[in-house]
Amino acid sequence: MNFYVPSATVDGREIDFLILALSLVSCAVLALVFGLILLYMVRYRAESGVYRGAPGRKTWRFEISWTVATLAVFFALFIWGGDLYVRLFQPPADALQIYVVGKQWMWKVEHQGGQHEINALHIPINRPIQLVMTSEDVIHDFSVPAFRIKHDVLPGRYESIWFEAKTPGTFELFCTQLCGVGHYSMTGEVVVMSQPDFENWLSGGAPAGEREDLAAAGKELFTAHGCSGCHGEGGVGGTPATTGVNAPALAGLLGRSVKLQSGATVTADEKFIRDCILTPDKTPIAGYPQIMPSFSGQISEEKVLRLIAYIKSLKSGSRT
Amino acid sequence: MRDAAVQHSYLDDGRTLRSWLLTTDHKRIAILYIVAITFFFFAGGFAAFLIRYNLISPKGLIGSAETYNRLFSMHGILMVWFFLVPAVPVTLGNFLVPLMLGARDLAFPRLNLLSWYLFMAAGVVALYAVVGGGVDTGWTFYTPLTSFYSQGHVIAAVVAIFIAGFSSIATGLNFIVTIHKLRAPGMTWYKMPVFLWSLYATSVILVLATPVLAMTLLLLAFERIFGIGVFDPAIGGDPLLFQHLFWFYSHPAVYVMILPGFGVISEIIPAFSRKELFGYKFVVWASIAIAVIGFLVWGHHMFVAGTSLYSALVFSLLSYMVAAPSAIKVFNWIATMHKGYIRFDAPMLYAIGFIGLFTTGGLTGLFLAALAADVHLTQTYFVVAHFHYVMVGGMVSAYFAGLHFWWPKMTGHMYPEMWGRAGAIIIFVGFNLTFFPQFLLGYLGMPRRYFAYPQHFEALNLLSSAGALILAVGYILPLGYLTWSLLYGERASANPWGATGLEWTTASPPPTENFAVTPIVTQAPYQYRQAEAVNHE
Ligand code: HEC
Ligand code: HEM
Ligand SMILES: [Cu+2]
Ligand SMILES: [Cu+2]
Repeated sequence: MNFYVPSATVDGREIDFLILALSLVSCAVLALVFGLILLYMVRYRAESGVYRGAPGRKTWRFEISWTVATLAVFFALFIWGGDLYVRLFQPPADALQIYVVGKQWMWKVEHQGGQHEINALHIPINRPIQLVMTSEDVIHDFSVPAFRIKHDVLPGRYESIWFEAKTPGTFELFCTQLCGVGHYSMTGEVVVMSQPDFENWLSGGAPAGEREDLAAAGKELFTAHGCSGCHGEGGVGGTPATTGVNAPALAGLLGRSVKLQSGATVTADEKFIRDCILTPDKTPIAGYPQIMPSFSGQISEEKVLRLIAYIKSLKSGSRT
Repeated sequence: MRDAAVQHSYLDDGRTLRSWLLTTDHKRIAILYIVAITFFFFAGGFAAFLIRYNLISPKGLIGSAETYNRLFSMHGILMVWFFLVPAVPVTLGNFLVPLMLGARDLAFPRLNLLSWYLFMAAGVVALYAVVGGGVDTGWTFYTPLTSFYSQGHVIAAVVAIFIAGFSSIATGLNFIVTIHKLRAPGMTWYKMPVFLWSLYATSVILVLATPVLAMTLLLLAFERIFGIGVFDPAIGGDPLLFQHLFWFYSHPAVYVMILPGFGVISEIIPAFSRKELFGYKFVVWASIAIAVIGFLVWGHHMFVAGTSLYSALVFSLLSYMVAAPSAIKVFNWIATMHKGYIRFDAPMLYAIGFIGLFTTGGLTGLFLAALAADVHLTQTYFVVAHFHYVMVGGMVSAYFAGLHFWWPKMTGHMYPEMWGRAGAIIIFVGFNLTFFPQFLLGYLGMPRRYFAYPQHFEALNLLSSAGALILAVGYILPLGYLTWSLLYGERASANPWGATGLEWTTASPPPTENFAVTPIVTQAPYQYRQAEAVNHE
């Protein structure tokens, strides 16, 4: 049994420091509280004849001093915890994105190159990794204790965490949000490998060139589900002349601001694209007819991720 | 007044079942409640015992994950809504509020009886849900798991809690009106014992927060029965909305579970230190501050749920603010012991245990309020240990402290002192053995609500289960000797502890009308020093 597992990430080590500091503060307070109680229990027990003197009158001095002292310590802890937390949830721009889908009761992982894994996540060492996570059913929670990180995985939303592993090895992965009978079995492992090993692993299943990457798989879906019938081949946009209907161009959509019929403007992110595909009636785009059918129930969360990867890969004005 | 036995007490006022079931005497209703919540405490405790039994082995010993999930859900639901929330207010509170105020009864005696019937109705529905197979959602009922994915008697469980809520609201209203209107002549607000202030703050929370829970549960039931999309994103709902509404009730509710305990301790520490409560006004206003700020911290249960980073910062800061008044109370209790004449009867031992365990629980709350630390510790056994330290180590100890302290007043009999002390010590030891290892388990990453777990968590789990065995002995012991004392316990005098407070000026057990003549209050509470100075002359 191991009583201490050093964190495998840099931020994790900082969290350990914070927890250590909290533990020291707690021990000091407990020593004070238990110490005084024990002392008084002995010194001022009813049988003891020790001189008690006149009872003190001015209590408010004590009250003010211990209230101020308490608040000062609390404020310091708040700042430390808050600062670290904000950094913990802001991924660097160059992070390697990997998609995670939770469902009762397994984790499905999709790498950019199209590799799939179940209940396992292989990642390279010394490289920021960003997980973009969603759920097919109930709320799950992706938790890697060795990285000191966890976050809920919600249906209908993309939540993201990031980390940079510094120690190679295999670490436990848990679902930590009650998700039904099999909750306890929704576990897996995170394997941290050196960059060359990781490359090796990536190309492990099929020789390069035979396996489709996510965007290529998305391109197939784009045709198979008839998206191209309205949005045009390569998502260049449709007009009555080309596709028979007016449909917006999808190339370069990610990050663009989109005007809705309500007059509001939103920035197109992954969740927005997902909503456009699954519930288009909720996101009516200004200037277009409301004819896009809902694909909810027909396209799984994993396929949506592939479509998004495809749409992301489309550069404005280019045709693939 | 000395010879209580000769006087006509509330217990002699009819011995038939009917005289009990139709009574509007607050003291008798308190007894009815004690019987009811004792039953639920042991029912919930039995579930806890099976949970700890299961976790002895990493593979799980009860054979079925489904059963396990139903056990911890039942444990949480029974303990929270059928024991902890009502525990002190409806038993000690019901008995003592009029006595401490110098009143004849609560403001609305029939409403009081009604609230007991509502509670019992809720209990019957809850038992129906349990016997019919239970629920597997946990006491938190998170959606969309609860909306559509969970099997079991969700609706029955929700209805039970819904009804129990009305019982809480009725009690809360009754206390608020009583404290405003029925104080004896001379009993100004600042002459009230802290126990009453605590119950006042508790009642305000009950009346303001419980309706939110009721609405939330109704929406949940509508979604589950009629498929109206409120919380499930698949039908247009918002899964986080449920968590916001649930914790908007449930965080204030944790203070419903602890404030009355603060009140009990604030009576007992001065009584057994023979000294005035240190910083009376600070202790009182700390309760009020907790009740107010407690409404503004619910988001600390959702630091990894997917709310915005900035809201998390605000909730973290506010959580620290709400912890400060609790710290102030602890310091005041200790300062009360300073230069006292301390005696160690069972109520005092329980109270000292309370201070230690509550402080530990509160300090670990600081870990969870520190955002980055919470990310690692949330959803693990660390949280389980945290809230058991405050709710079981804290509140259950306070309830036992109060039960022993006022037992002579309520029953007219003394409990056996040596047994009482032994119980307090066994509970303290068993409790720490059960729950301290869980802090370590949580830090090491063991998730809560797991039926089976990785091998390397085994040793600490074993330790925890062993502790649970000791704790069980500690809780069964009082059931035995308190029952025994009803028949064979020594007769209690009107004021066996030499305590201040109007309840000790009337006979033990009190007559039905409480006071022969309405008392007139001239003194501040807790005037122990004078009495002691005389004793020691
Ligand atoms: C029947 C024609 C039609 C089909 C088929 C169709 N769309 Fe659309 N799509 C539209 C129209 C029209 C709009 C703009 C109005 C709206 O929001 O409904 C649109 C909007 C969108 C948008 C939002 C674009 C923006 O500028 O914000 C996305 C993303 C999108 N579609 C993706 C898809 C994908 C992926 C598929 C295939 C699974 C698909 N569409 C199938 C007609 C179609
Ligand atoms: C003293 C100040 C306290 C602070 C700062 C504090 C802080 C917290 C925090 C931040 C959490 C969320 C943990 C998480 O889920 O990650 C939490 C959970 C909890 N606390 Fe406290 N707490 C305090 C006192 C109390 C008290 C007095 C009680 C009850 C008597 C209590 C009962 C609970 C319960 C029941 C939970 C968990 C509920 C669940 O997830 O099932 N806490 N506390
Ligand atoms: Cu789960
Ligand atoms: Cu809380």
